[in-house]
Amino acid sequence: MAINKVVANVKEATKGIEDGMTLMLGGFGLCGIPENCISEMVKMNVKDLTCISNNAGVDDFGLGLLLHQKQIKKMISSYVGENDEFERQMLSGELEVDLIPQGSLAERCRAGGAGIPAFYTPAGYGTEVAEGKEVREFNGKPHILESALSADFAIVKAWKGDTAGNLVFKAAARNFNPMMAMAGKITIAEVEELVPEGTLDPNTVHTPGIFVQRIFQGTGYEKRIEQRTVRQRE
Amino acid sequence: MLDKVGIAKRISQELRDGWYVNLGIGIPTLVANFVPEDITVEFQSENGILGMGPFPFDGEEDADLINAGKQTVTLQPGASVFDSATSFAMIRGQHVQLTVLGAMEVSENGDIANWKIPGKMVKGMGGAMDLVASAENIIVAMMHTNKKGESKLLPSCSLPLTGVACVTRVITNLAALEIRDGAFHLLERAPGVSVEEIRAATAGKLVVEGDIPEMQLD
Repeated sequence: MAINKVVANVKEATKGIEDGMTLMLGGFGLCGIPENCISEMVKMNVKDLTCISNNAGVDDFGLGLLLHQKQIKKMISSYVGENDEFERQMLSGELEVDLIPQGSLAERCRAGGAGIPAFYTPAGYGTEVAEGKEVREFNGKPHILESALSADFAIVKAWKGDTAGNLVFKAAARNFNPMMAMAGKITIAEVEELVPEGTLDPNTVHTPGIFVQRIFQGTGYEKRIEQRTVRQRE
Repeated sequence: MLDKVGIAKRISQELRDGWYVNLGIGIPTLVANFVPEDITVEFQSENGILGMGPFPFDGEEDADLINAGKQTVTLQPGASVFDSATSFAMIRGQHVQLTVLGAMEVSENGDIANWKIPGKMVKGMGGAMDLVASAENIIVAMMHTNKKGESKLLPSCSLPLTGVACVTRVITNLAALEIRDGAFHLLERAPGVSVEEIRAATAGKLVVEGDIPEMQLD
């Protein structure tokens, strides 16, 4: 029998998240975001959070909900283009923002979970991103030193999960979730479908249960689409 | 002069059989509509898709299946999906042969600026810095001048950079240009556009050698 990671609900899952903590939140745009935990944190009204997430949601959904309540002190992201409130808070100086290249963000999370303190990447060389960072040439090409990221809590969303904390993601909703799951001191996974251990085919597990401390069955997923684009049948 | 669709059509002529290609947001996304019939390319979307297909039919949208511009898309037969670290391993590791992206400014030595106007606008770099730092072929798709009529092809960029000495080609509404040896080399003129018009709209060093052909589209 595997170690049981199941908690009763979102309230149990988010226990211990406090003011001033650093959180990682999975998702790309509104795709694959932990909707249940974000809603719960709005209710908890935890403040002064540092949030590591590729985007900051939109004005009225995802992390945008926490921004509106001024719960976030600092964002570490790669792209904020679709969120007016984010842009306003950043330009006015209310919100501290560290913008970093998307691939560096992903790798910094992965490194944080994998016991690699820093790595060299060509991304950002010669730009603002490189300011204050060590530059070193490899094979005649300059690279900058990027450090690992970790978090008090990593909060991820999966399609399916089992009681042992094993996770399976769907399509492009995987994005940052697996790396962030690795990098949390405590990792919370909310899943659309929680199944008993032994149900998932071990060959298809994306995130092994060792990286997950708490798992629960989420409810009422809205799964909002940011840009609905379709083609007409001919 | 080309419109956005025209720019995308001209860029589609740069595609080569067997290439993996990353298309940025805006005009670059349109390139997928004009892949020549006799070649096979696969589109990579940096949020975690290889083998990205067209937009879904009405009613078949899947919130879990979007491209890097957050638009609903589909998967082609033979597609795969993966996490962001794997996706940028493909990009940084030079497994993607071509990147097409938009820009606010490009300089004559191949610098690109496309993520920030200090004090006014900050979208963030997204995956652009990783893409331009690594891809062998980087094509910029953009209008030749900005809304004020000022050239976007400059001696040096005035906006914060996205990458240095990386852009290999620029396709605009006026021209197709190659960047090498610290200059824009004029390859082709857009239909109905003269060399003089291109010269007037290009602030950076422009090299014009011999007769410059007009683009052949369609």
